[in-house]
Amino acid sequence: MNDIKISASGVDVFYGDTHAIKNVSVEIEGNTVTAFIGPSGCGKSTFLRCLNRMNDTIDIARVTGSILLDGEDIYDAKVDPVQLRAKVGMVFQKPNPFPKSIYDNIAYGPRIHGLARNKAELDEIVEKSLRRGAIWEEVKDRLDQPGTGLSGGQQQRLCIARAIATEPEVLLMDEPCSALDPIATAQVEELIDELRQQYSVVIVTHSMQQAARVSQKTAFFHLGDLVEYGETGHIFTNPEDSRTESYITGRIG
Amino acid sequence: MPLIWLIAIILVLAAVGFVMGRSRAVASAGGDARVLHSLPSYYGWNVALTVITPAFGLLVLWLLVQPLWIESRVSSQLPDSAISDTSTRGLVMSDVRRVSEGLEALDAPLLASERAVDEAFLSDLRNRLGAAGVALGSDISPEVFVAARSYRSLSSWGETLMSVAVLLAALGGFGVSYLVTNKDFRARNTVERGILTVLILAASIAILTTVGLVFSMLFEARNFFAAHSWQDFFFGTKWAPDFRGNSELAILPLLWGTLYISFIALLVAVPVGLFAAIYLSEYATSRVRSVAKPAIEVLAGIPTIVYGLFALITVGPMLRDYFALPLGLGQSSSSVLTAGVVMGIMLIPFVSSLSDDIINAVPQAMRDGSYGLGATQSETIRQVVVPAALPGIVGAILLAASRAIGETMIVVLGAGAAAAQFDRGLGELVNPFEAMTTVTVKIVSQLTGDTDFSSPETLVAFALGLSLFTITLGLNVLALWIVRRYREQYE
Amino acid sequence: MSDITANSASGAPRKGSLLVQDGRTQRRNAAERRFQIYGMIAVSVAVLALIFLLTSIVRNGIGAFSQTFITLDVVLAEDKLDKTGNRDRDEMAKVSTFGYAPLITAAIEDRIAAEGIEIEGLSKPVDLISKQAAADLRDFVLANTDRVGETVEFQFLASGRIDGYYKGRVTMASAELDSNVTPQQLMLADALKDTGALERTFNWGFITSPDASENRPEASGLGVAILGSLYMMIVVLVLALPIGVAASIYLEEFAPKNRLTDLIEVNISNLAAVPSIVFGILGLAIFINFAGLPQSAPIVGGLVLTLMTLPTIIIATRASLKSVPPSIREAALGVGASKMQTVFHHVLPLAAPGILTGTIIGLAQALGETAPLLLIGMVAFVREYPGAPPEGFFDPASALPVQIYNWTTRSDPAFVERASGAIIVLLVFLLLMNLIAIILRRRFERRW
Repeated sequence: MNDIKISASGVDVFYGDTHAIKNVSVEIEGNTVTAFIGPSGCGKSTFLRCLNRMNDTIDIARVTGSILLDGEDIYDAKVDPVQLRAKVGMVFQKPNPFPKSIYDNIAYGPRIHGLARNKAELDEIVEKSLRRGAIWEEVKDRLDQPGTGLSGGQQQRLCIARAIATEPEVLLMDEPCSALDPIATAQVEELIDELRQQYSVVIVTHSMQQAARVSQKTAFFHLGDLVEYGETGHIFTNPEDSRTESYITGRIG
Repeated sequence: MPLIWLIAIILVLAAVGFVMGRSRAVASAGGDARVLHSLPSYYGWNVALTVITPAFGLLVLWLLVQPLWIESRVSSQLPDSAISDTSTRGLVMSDVRRVSEGLEALDAPLLASERAVDEAFLSDLRNRLGAAGVALGSDISPEVFVAARSYRSLSSWGETLMSVAVLLAALGGFGVSYLVTNKDFRARNTVERGILTVLILAASIAILTTVGLVFSMLFEARNFFAAHSWQDFFFGTKWAPDFRGNSELAILPLLWGTLYISFIALLVAVPVGLFAAIYLSEYATSRVRSVAKPAIEVLAGIPTIVYGLFALITVGPMLRDYFALPLGLGQSSSSVLTAGVVMGIMLIPFVSSLSDDIINAVPQAMRDGSYGLGATQSETIRQVVVPAALPGIVGAILLAASRAIGETMIVVLGAGAAAAQFDRGLGELVNPFEAMTTVTVKIVSQLTGDTDFSSPETLVAFALGLSLFTITLGLNVLALWIVRRYREQYE
Repeated sequence: MSDITANSASGAPRKGSLLVQDGRTQRRNAAERRFQIYGMIAVSVAVLALIFLLTSIVRNGIGAFSQTFITLDVVLAEDKLDKTGNRDRDEMAKVSTFGYAPLITAAIEDRIAAEGIEIEGLSKPVDLISKQAAADLRDFVLANTDRVGETVEFQFLASGRIDGYYKGRVTMASAELDSNVTPQQLMLADALKDTGALERTFNWGFITSPDASENRPEASGLGVAILGSLYMMIVVLVLALPIGVAASIYLEEFAPKNRLTDLIEVNISNLAAVPSIVFGILGLAIFINFAGLPQSAPIVGGLVLTLMTLPTIIIATRASLKSVPPSIREAALGVGASKMQTVFHHVLPLAAPGILTGTIIGLAQALGETAPLLLIGMVAFVREYPGAPPEGFFDPASALPVQIYNWTTRSDPAFVERASGAIIVLLVFLLLMNLIAIILRRRFERRW
C-alpha cells in the first residue's frame, strides 16, 4: 500500500446548469497508475481536469468539495494554480506540441519555473526529460527542428517529456493514446509503466483493455457518478456494481 | 425616339412575350401543364429573355460605340485652322459637343444647311444658346458651328438607326423564341443557362474593374513618361512642379513622407491594437468587452474625412502648442506627427480586429498545453499564442501598412502640402513636427482644380497613382498570402 | 534562484507548501499583472481616442445647428420693385439684388431709430445682416408678387461675424482688428437683442440650403450635398446590390474550381484593399475623360463608389451564402429541384438578411468616402439643386464628405463650425444605417 497522494471528497462540478460530477470521493495513491474509465460524457475527463485546476480556464465551470494534494487543499484561495500545475502536470488527448523547436518545447516549463541556473543545466534537464520520455534516441540529432514535424506518437511522447521536465509529482493523462496508432500506443503504454517508478499517474481512457494493461487501480464513472473504485484486477474480474459489469461486458458504453 | 421610350417598348415586348410564350406552351400541351418539359412560366421567361438580351446588348454596344465613331469622324473633318495655338483638338471638340447639345434645344430652321454662317448669326446663336442654358466660354467659330451641326446630324441619324436596329433585334428574338416554344422544348435549361451567363458576367466585373484600374493609369502614365524623363521620376530627389515647364517631379520625396507618416501610424496602431485585442479576448470581463469592443468598432466605421478634420482642428494645433513650439521644433500644425497619430487611431480597430481573429485561430489545445505546465496566462500569450500567431499578425500589420500608405483624407488635411526636401539635411527630414506631403496628397492636388491633360504636371498624378497601386497591391498580395497560409496551418 | 529549485534540477521532488507563494511565483504574478495593465491601457487609449474625437467634433460643430437671425419690418416699396405696377413676375425679375439692398438698409435704420438706440461711432448698421439677405428678400418677393407695396416682417440671417459673436468666435477685442465688423456693430447687436429683434434659433437652413460663397458662411447649408449623396447612394444600391449578389451566387454556388475562379477570388480580395484614391483615378480617366460623362455628377460618383463597394457586398454575401447549411441544398436537390431553383428558392431567401446587412454596411462606407470624389470634380462650387432623377443623376451636385472637405479649405473660421456640423449630420446618417443593419441582424440572424 502506497501513500495517499491526492484525496478528493464530495467533489461536485457544474458547467453552467449542467451537473457534470456528482459528489465524487476518491483517493489516489503515489507511485501508482490509476485509470478512470467509463462511457463518453461520464465526467472522467472533467474530474481529471479538477485535479490540477485546468477547469479554471473555463469561465462557466464551478467546482465544490475538497481536493487535497499531500494534505493541502488545492482549491484554497491562497493557492496559485500556476504553482499547483507545476506539481501536477498534464498530458492531453491530442498531442499539442508548441510551434517551437523540440528543445524549446521541453525547455519551456523549466524556463518559466526557473528550474535551471544556466544553459548547461537546462541542456541536462532537456536530455533527461527526453530520455525519460523514451524519445531521446529518435530526436537527439534534431533538437532544433520544430516539434510539430514529428509523427503523432513521437509528438505525444514529446508532450509527456515536456510534462516531466517541470518535475511534477503527479502526471495527469487525458486519453493520451486516442489519437495514436497501435504501435505508438504500445510505446506510450510502456512509458507510462516506467513513469510509475517516480510519479503518481492518473490516466483517463475509454479503452478497457488499456486500463487493464497499464493501471493498478481503476475508477469507473457513469453519468457523473463514481460507481466503483478499486484494484484493477478486481474491477475487471469481479465488479460489484451491475453498471460496471454492463460496461465491461459491453452492454453499455 | 428618347432612350426611355425605347427601353419601355422593349420591356413591354418582353412582358407580352412572357404571356404569349407561356400560353403557347400550355396550348401545345393541350392545356395539361403536366405534359410540358418545364413549368409553364419558364417558357414565358424564355421568350422574355430572348427579347431583352439581344436588344439590350445591342443598345449598350451602340451607345458605347456611336459617340466614339462620331467623335473621330467629326474630329477628322475639323480643319487644323480651327484650333488656335492656345487650345488643343480635345478642347475644341468639347466645345463642339456643347454647341451640338445646345442646338438640340433650338428650332430646326436655324440649322438648315443652306443658311449663311456669318458673324451676326453666330453671336445670335450664342445668345440663344445662353438663354437655353448652354453657357459658352468663348465665341463660336464658324468651323465649330459646322462641326457641331454635322455632329448633331450624325448623332440624330445614328439614334434613329439605333432605335430601328434595337427594335428589330427585340422582335427577332421574340419571333424565334416564340416559334420554338412547344411542349418538348427544354425551356428551363435554356433559361437557366441564360441566368448562369448573367451571373458569370457579374462575377467578371471584378476582373474588369482591375483591368480598368490598371489601364486607366497605364495609359496616362505612358503619356507622362513621354513628356517627362522616367529617370527623374523614379530617381530624382526633388518635387518642384512648375506650370511654366521644367518641373522636377520625383516620387522619392513624396514616398519619404508617405512612409514616414505610415511608420508613425503603425507605431501607434500596432501596439495599441494588438494589446487591446489580447486584453479583450483573453482577460476582459464580459461587461468590459461588451462596451469596449463596439467602441473600438465604431472607430472603424468613422469616415476618414472625420479623422482628417480631427487632425486639422484638434490634434494638429494641440501638438503644435504643447510640443512643437515649446520644444522649438516647428510652427506648423500640419505635421508628420499629426497625420501619423490620427492615422494610427484610425488603424487601431483594423489591427485589433484582424489580430483578434488570428489569436482566436490558435487552437485551445496549445493554450491548454501551456497552462498544463503551470504557465501563467501572460506567459502563455507571450511565449505560445503570439509566436504561434506571428505569421498572421505580420500579415495583419502589412495590410494595415498598405492602408496607411493609401490613406488620403487624413494626410490631405493633416500632413501639409510641402514635399520633403532632401537637400535641407537629415534633421528636417526626420523631424516629426515638420509638415510633409505624401503621394496621395499630390495625386489629389495635381488632379483637382484646373487640369490640363497634356502637361506633365497633371499627368504625373497617374504615374503616382500607378506607383501607389503597385506598392499597395504588392503588400496586399503578400499579406493575404501569409494570412491564408497561416489559416491553413490550423484548419 | 532558491535551493528548492536547485534540488529539483537533480531530480528530487520539490517540497514547499502550495499555500505559500515562493518568490519566483510572486515575481511571475507581478509580470502577469503588468501585462494585464498594458492591455487595459491599450483599450483605454482606443476608447479615449474615440471619446476625444467625438467630443471635439460635437463641441466644434453643434453651433452650426443654431443661427442668429434679425427680424425686421421691410417696406416693399412699389416704386423700387415694380415700376410698372402690374405685378408681372418677369418684369420684376429685372430688379437685381442691388435693388433690394436699400430696402434692408432702410429697414434696419428705421428699427434703430424706432427703438431709440444710440451708439457713438456706429457706421453701416446694415453690415449686421448677411450679404445673402438681399437675395433671400428678392426670392421672397418674386414668389409673392402680391405683397409688394406692403410692409412685411422678414427674418434675415445675421452676418457671420455677428453670429460668431454669440458663439464666442468673435469678441470686442477681435472686432477692433477685424475689417468685417466693428465693436460698435457688436454693441448694436446687443441692443437689438435686448429689444427682441435679434435672436438665435434652430437653423433649418443648415440642412436644406445650398452652399454659399466664401464670405457668406452664415448662409451655407448642406441641401445640395445631402441630395447629391442620396443620389449616389441610389446609384450604388441599384447597381452594386444586384451585381454583387449575382457575382457571389456564381462564385459560391456554381463556379468550378479552376484558374479563372481563383483569379476572380484573388481579385476581389485585392480590390477590397486598393486605396480609394485609385478608384478616383479610374473614375476620372474612364467615366469622365473616356466615356464623356459630366463632371461633378452623382452618376459618376455613384459608379465609382459602386466599384468600391462591390467587394464589400460580395464578401458579405458569400459569407451569408456559405452559412446556409448544405443540408438545405441537399434537401431541395433531393426532391428534384434544379441547382438554379435550389439557389433561388431556398438558399437565397435564407441568406437575404445577411446580404442586406452587408449591403447597408457597404453603403455606409460609400457614404463617407471622400478621396475618389475629389478627383471626379465633386469639389466644384454648386448652388443649384440637382433635378429629379433620372436626369438629376447627370446634374452637378456635391456630396456630404466632399462638402466637409470643401469647407475646411476656406479661410473664414465660421466654416470650421460648418464642417464639424456637417460631420455630425454625416455621422447621424451613418449611425442610422448601422442601427438598421444591427436590427436586421438581430431579428433575422439564424444559428444552424
